[in-house]
Formats: sequence, C-alpha cells, structure tokens
Amino acid sequence: MARSGADFVAADPVDAVPDTACAHCGLPAAAGRRFCCPGCAAAFDTIQSLGLGSYYERCIAERPPRPEPSEPFDLTRFITARPDGAKEVVLAIDGLRCGACVWLIESVLGQERSVLTGRVNMTSRRLKLVWRGSETDGERLVERIESLGYRLVPFDPAALAAARDDTDRALIRALAVAGFAAINVMLMSIGIWAGDASGLLDTMGPATRDLLHYVSAIIALPAIAYCGQPFFRSALAVLRHGRTNMDVPISIGVVLVTGLSLAQTMAHARDAYFDSAITLLFFLLIGRVLDHRARGRVRATVELLLTLRSTEVTVLGQDGTATRRPARALVPGERVLVGMGERIGVDGVVERGESSVDTSLVTGESLPVTVAPGGQVFAGTMNLGAPLTVVVTAAEDGTLLAECARLIEASEARRSRFVVLADRVARRYAPAVHLTALATFLGWYFWGGASFTQALLTASAVLIITCPCALALAVPAVQVIATARLFRAGILLKSATALERLAEVDTVVFDKTGTLTEPALALVRDGIDPLVLREAAALAAHSRHPLARALVVASGNVPMAERVEEHPGQGVSAGETRLGSAAFVGALAFQTSATLVGSGTAPRAAGAPSMLPEDRSPPLASTIGTTTPNPRHGPARPGHRSSEGSGLTVPPVEPGDDGVSGPGAVGVWRPGDDAGRGSISRRHGPARPGHLPPREVPPSDPIVSDHTAAGPELWFGRPGQEPVRFTFAERPRVDALETIARLRRMGLKIRLLSGDREASVARIAAAAGIDDWRAECSPIEKVAALREMGGRVLMVGDGLNDGPCLAEAHVSASPATAADISQTLADAVFQSAGLGAIADLIVTARRARGLMRGNIGLSLAYNSLMVPLAIAGMVTPWLAAAAMSGSSLLVIGNSFRARA
Amino acid sequence: MTVILWLIAASLFLGGCGLAVFLWSLRTGQYDDLDGAANRILFDHDTKR
Repeated sequence: MARSGADFVAADPVDAVPDTACAHCGLPAAAGRRFCCPGCAAAFDTIQSLGLGSYYERCIAERPPRPEPSEPFDLTRFITARPDGAKEVVLAIDGLRCGACVWLIESVLGQERSVLTGRVNMTSRRLKLVWRGSETDGERLVERIESLGYRLVPFDPAALAAARDDTDRALIRALAVAGFAAINVMLMSIGIWAGDASGLLDTMGPATRDLLHYVSAIIALPAIAYCGQPFFRSALAVLRHGRTNMDVPISIGVVLVTGLSLAQTMAHARDAYFDSAITLLFFLLIGRVLDHRARGRVRATVELLLTLRSTEVTVLGQDGTATRRPARALVPGERVLVGMGERIGVDGVVERGESSVDTSLVTGESLPVTVAPGGQVFAGTMNLGAPLTVVVTAAEDGTLLAECARLIEASEARRSRFVVLADRVARRYAPAVHLTALATFLGWYFWGGASFTQALLTASAVLIITCPCALALAVPAVQVIATARLFRAGILLKSATALERLAEVDTVVFDKTGTLTEPALALVRDGIDPLVLREAAALAAHSRHPLARALVVASGNVPMAERVEEHPGQGVSAGETRLGSAAFVGALAFQTSATLVGSGTAPRAAGAPSMLPEDRSPPLASTIGTTTPNPRHGPARPGHRSSEGSGLTVPPVEPGDDGVSGPGAVGVWRPGDDAGRGSISRRHGPARPGHLPPREVPPSDPIVSDHTAAGPELWFGRPGQEPVRFTFAERPRVDALETIARLRRMGLKIRLLSGDREASVARIAAAAGIDDWRAECSPIEKVAALREMGGRVLMVGDGLNDGPCLAEAHVSASPATAADISQTLADAVFQSAGLGAIADLIVTARRARGLMRGNIGLSLAYNSLMVPLAIAGMVTPWLAAAAMSGSSLLVIGNSFRARA
Repeated sequence: MTVILWLIAASLFLGGCGLAVFLWSLRTGQYDDLDGAANRILFDHDTKR
C-alpha cells in the first residue's frame, strides 16, 4: 500500500473516480467524506484545535501516516527519573515523513505545560521526552503523539546506554585536534620552507628557525599524544597477540618521526618533521571517522528496525489479570495469551485453544500448521486462528531452536577468522617497510659515511614516505562510499568485511519461503471482478488479518467501508455484506462448484458443522481449520497495525473424500487423530530435531502442480448475490526470474534450499528458473548441503531455520521481513521488494574490491617511486609532506568512483 | 622580528578558540542529528517553546 502519487491523482475532485482524498492522510476517502477513517478525523481535529493547521502546508513530500490505534504498552519500565525530579523516556518513532512531522510532534509537545524537552532526532528517528509529573502523564503524552498517526516504541534505558556511541565522538574530537594542530604546524613549516626554498638561507636566521621548530613541537607533541591513541592502542593490542596490522607501522613511524624531530630541534638542526607526523594522523583519522560513521549509522538503523518489531506479549497472571510485557522478560512457566493475527512472542507449549499457526519464519513452511493443547509453538510464528494460551518453556535441548542456536554458534566462530584485505597487505607490508628503513640506516652509517644522526634521519625519512597513509585510506574510503551507496538503495551492510567477502562469492543459495517468494500472500486474481474486489477490500481494510491485508494490497488503496463490525474468528461485516469464512458468509448454502472461482477442493455442504469436534467451545470452533500461509505483512508491518485485536478467518476445509485434504488445505489435527496426521516424522525425517507442531498434511499428500486450487481463501457475500471466493497463493518475487538470470550471467551458480514440501518448492523453482533445488531440508541438512557445495556461498534466507546457514555461509543476506535472528546474523539486510538487491550487492562488492585493489596498487606504486629518493637521502620535509598529502588525495579521489 | 612572536601567539590563540568552540559544539550534541538540523531551518518560531 505504498502511498504513491497516483492516489493523489485519483483523489482529484474533477476526476471520474468518486473518491476524495482524506484531509489528513491523503488516502482515498469515501465520496463526499473529508476523512478516510475516524482516526484521521481525530488527528485532523487535534491538529486544528492546537492551531497547528499549517502542518498540512508544510508536508513537502508525503502526507502523514494514517493513525491506527496502538497496542497499549507499559511505559513505566522505560522511564528514568532525573535528579531534578523530571522523568525521561526515549522512544523510537515510526512514521516520520519529513521535517513537517518533526515540527508537528515538537509543536504538540511544546504546548504541553508539563513537557520540559520534546525533541525529535530525525537521523536516528528517536524522540526524547522529558516532563514533570507522574508516569501516567508520560503515557498520556505518548498517546497524544500516537493519535496523530505516529507509532512510538520505548527504548530500554539500559540498552540505550550500552549502545551509546562514544567511539564516534572520541574519533571526531581527535580529528578536530589533529586538524587544528596540522594547520598550525604547517603554518610554521611553510615559514621555514620559504626560507629554504628562496635559496637565501640567510633570510631566516637559525634563531628564528629554532623558534618555529619549538613552537611546532609545543603544538605537535600533545596533539600527537592525544590523536595517535586510536592507532597506538590498536597496534599494542595486535602486537600482544604476536600479530601485526596496519596500525603497527603507523604507530612506529609516527613515534619515531616525532622523537627524532624533537631531537633535531634541540640540536638546532635544519630539518624537523612535526608537520608530516601530525598531517599523517589527520588523514588517517578522516578514514577512521568515515568508516566508523557509515557503519554506526547502518547499525543504528538495523537496531531501530528490530526495536520497532520487538513484541510485547499479554501475560496472564495467577489471578487472571492480563499485563503487557516484553517477550524477553518472561520466565518459563508463565502463561501468555496470543490473540488472533498476533505474533507468538515466546517459545512454549499450547495449554488451551486450537488454532492454525503460520510457521514460515521459523520452518520455511509456506502453509500453516494446526496446533492443539500440548503442541509446541515458537517465537516468530503467527497465530492465525483462535486465541491460544501458551505456557512459556525454555529452549530445551533437542528442540529446533536449541539446535539452531548451537549450529549458529559453531559457524560464527569459524567465520570470524576471515582476514580482510588491508590486514593481508599489512602483514607483508609492515616487515618490508621496517627492514628497508633498517637497511637504509645501516647502509648510510657503515658504508655511506654518514653520522649517526644523519643516518637515522635518512632512515626516518624512509619511514615517513612509506608510512601507509594512502594505504590505510585505501580500503575504508572505498568501503564508506560503497556502503553509503547501498544504504541509499535500501541495502544495509552490517559487517565491515562483508563487501570483501561478497566480492569472492561464486554460488548463491536461496531459501524459498519469504526470500524467493513474496513475504506476503498474494490474491489469485483469475476471474475476479475488480469492482467486487474493491468492495471486499473496503471491508478488509478494517482487519489486520493477513488475508484481508492481501486483499487490500491487491485492490490498491480503497476507502474504508463504514459501520463495519468485527466478528472475532469469523470475519467482518457491514450490514448484510460479509467477508470472512465460508460458514460466516453463508457460502456453504451455495455450495456448488459454479460459485467457485477456480476449481479446487470445495468445502462440503455438510462439512463445516460436522467437522467440529464436540469438545470444542463455540467461539473457537469457527476458526479451526483456518488456512493462511505466510501472512507476513500484517502486524509485522510498522505503521500498519489496525485496531482489531482479532482478524478474519477463513473457512474450514474438509478433507477430501479419501481423507486427504487438497494440497495446501489444512485439516484439523488433534492428539490421537489418525496416525498419519498426528505424525511429523515424514518430512523432517529422523534428522530433524525437536518437536515441531504436528503436521497437518498426511504423508500421502499428492504432488500437485496447481497450488492455487486449494489453500487459503476468503469468502465475500452480499445480499441477494452468490458469494465470491478469493483464493491466495504464494508468489515468487516480482523480479526473481530476471535476478536469477542476471546472477547467472555474472557467472554465479544458483541453488535453492528449502524446508518446504517438494511440490511447492518445485513450482517456485520452476517459476524462478532454478534447476538445482532441494526441498524438505531441516536446518542441519541445509548446513550440510552448504558444506558439501564448498566454494564461497552467499546465503539468502529469512527464516529461523536459515539461521545456521546464514552464519555458516561465506556471506549472507536477509530481507527486512526476515526473523529478527536472521537479520541479526545476516551481513546485509535489504529492504526492497525485489531480489534485484542481491545482484546489486554483488556488483557493488566486486566493483569495490576492484577499487580497493586499485587504491592499494596506487599507494604501493607511489611508494616504489618515492622510497628510492628517501633511501638516497633526497627527501626534504616539504617534499615528504607534499607527497604524502598528494597520495592520500589521489586514493580518496579514486574511491569516489565507487559511487557510480 | 619580535612581531613574529605576537603573530604566532595571536594565530595560536584564535585557532585555539576555534577548536574550543568545535569541541563544545560536539559535546552539546550538535552533530547528532544533521538531517533534523537541515529541516529545522525551515521551521517558524510561531509556537512558544
């Protein structure tokens, strides 16, 4: 539901389309109405009543988000009391569009007497709120902002303190000091060189020269001691481990040159190199700051995205009270209530309720599984049917989760041994440089007839010339520019070494569900009247059930219908018009194949009532058998929560006559049901650890090519007309075929590893043009397959079951819709809807590697030119300074080619 | 040539002032939200703060 410009065109009053634009959010509103929904009307009123109406003129790019009532959260835990008695909380904001939103939020808060500080940080998308008063005042303030359409999620103060980036500030401070010192020392040096170069040495008396040297020393010594620390510390750390990196020659060079210059100054000598030492640090610090900034920003973004998704769960106390608490604060044994359409935030065992659960994020399974009391559910899965009561359990040994965690740990340790290009160069470069300098010294002292000081001076000139200034900039400069370019394209590169590893990739392995396929289910459009679809979508817009959302996506933005009622577990209705399960809509009465759009497994006329087991309570009954694969863009989508605590459901599907439900159809599983259906053994095989929720499809499920024939469906009934059936299917991402062809052209091997059943994997593999695929892999089998492949693999996956593979592969990527753990493990997270990001990633990485190598080549070439001069003792301080700055600028300039 | 003593002292003092101001601006968080700063320049001051 992108708010595209087309919406505004359609909303033009002179347009034939009867819709008008909502006065608040700009989305279509019903004809003759000013607002699309009550939330917008309320937000508009609030803004006008505060006299902030100019907000709408300020919106440059986009209209404000449509307000959707938020889930309540407990703010008290996140509030810190300040010494002066005021309270403070930091919240992540979702829905900021441009400066106008910042202005609106700050103006609204500014009109509150109790607010001391209400400031939005647009870069990190955070709101810092300081107020005087009680904690409930704070909650009121937060609600006020939320009623305008922004979504707020509080940050944990402890986590915030831990994540505070002190390194960045320390580096910038060092950079400022180095810049100041470099400029001033250079001023002195220019004076000295001018005296030299004029050829009239008499123009500057030795006393003046000494004075300038001393002033230089006074500025440079403390500055070098302060600014050099990042390098000295890093060099000491690696030396202690008996290794070396680029910081070792830097540190030795800087310290030696500074010490020697000081000795020269005291000896009233002609040359001192303070300017070289401090300018060197200045250039190196630029590289450090840029490098750190680019990565810090990406990290902050990922962290923010994950915070926005982190779930609070409803915890049931002993006395039956329900409180909202963050999922990670729970201990085993506590009871959690999971509503319809809600993500299950914990690992646990179902105590009460039967429902179907979308496990695609965990197992890669595209179709939902049914769970009943005693069944196990996992964090990251979504409850599609009736409310469930879940008892929290720890991740036991032998469960899927524990197994994944173990595999991930093992793989991560292995991967951390990757040595980056710069360090590989440094390992050879540092000894070579030091040997050259030593040889120069010995040569001049023993054979060249130079004095000790003279020989040492020449040797230190060699060190200055070879000091890897350009070399130290060579890699980070390219990295910063390439990372920033990817960031703008919506690809977050989290690991510093990811670019180098990406460039080496020779095989790309995809997961299927949610990676190769769209994260959200798509409507099968065949034979559906667009007008009917619009009508249905107007109702569906009131629900956050995944199928309803898919309907809305398929129809584009439509005005929301009015007077819509939600019937938990059944559907939504507006008067006699109904959207929901077959039973709810009354489709069963019309049970003829003629009413079906697309042929397939039809609910049997008598099916719905008879299939309900006797022991089930009525409110739950209608939701059982819900079939809804992969509903990933409902609640998981920030800014798109809806008010309903429940969602739609879809009709129960009766197993076919042979006792086998159609492909994708979900029967009802109960403990003690017929053996085949209660078993989970077949597909996962003995290798699969853990006790997954029971599988709903019997072992003999036929391989069927037409996936759309059955599966998740919604019915839409209007008075006096035959109900219409909407079916939904998994669909490959829009550009999957092109991307895979493009990757092939780049010389990469493509493979598909999925945990899903063979039929659907085969279908998607064919659609995406992948001939090398494996289905029904457990996480262990996936990792084993990855190891077998050898080579350097880029793993693209989104599920928890891909976690071990993401950690094991040479480099990995996840879509932004992936499970939290996958995003944490992946080296890159892409936010685009298509897979093109993967190809872009590899292209950029290869180009970046080329530029890095080019840069290193440039700086080595420069060294090989200048070093003979230095050895010959012909390098004067001004030549050293000019050459060093020149090579650094050359390398930085070359790096900018990474933007193209 | 005593003028050079004055000039050096003056330039160091002025440069030092610049450095001090920069460090102060860094400490007060003026570089924490560069995107916001770019937008804030367009805000009117018609609301009391």
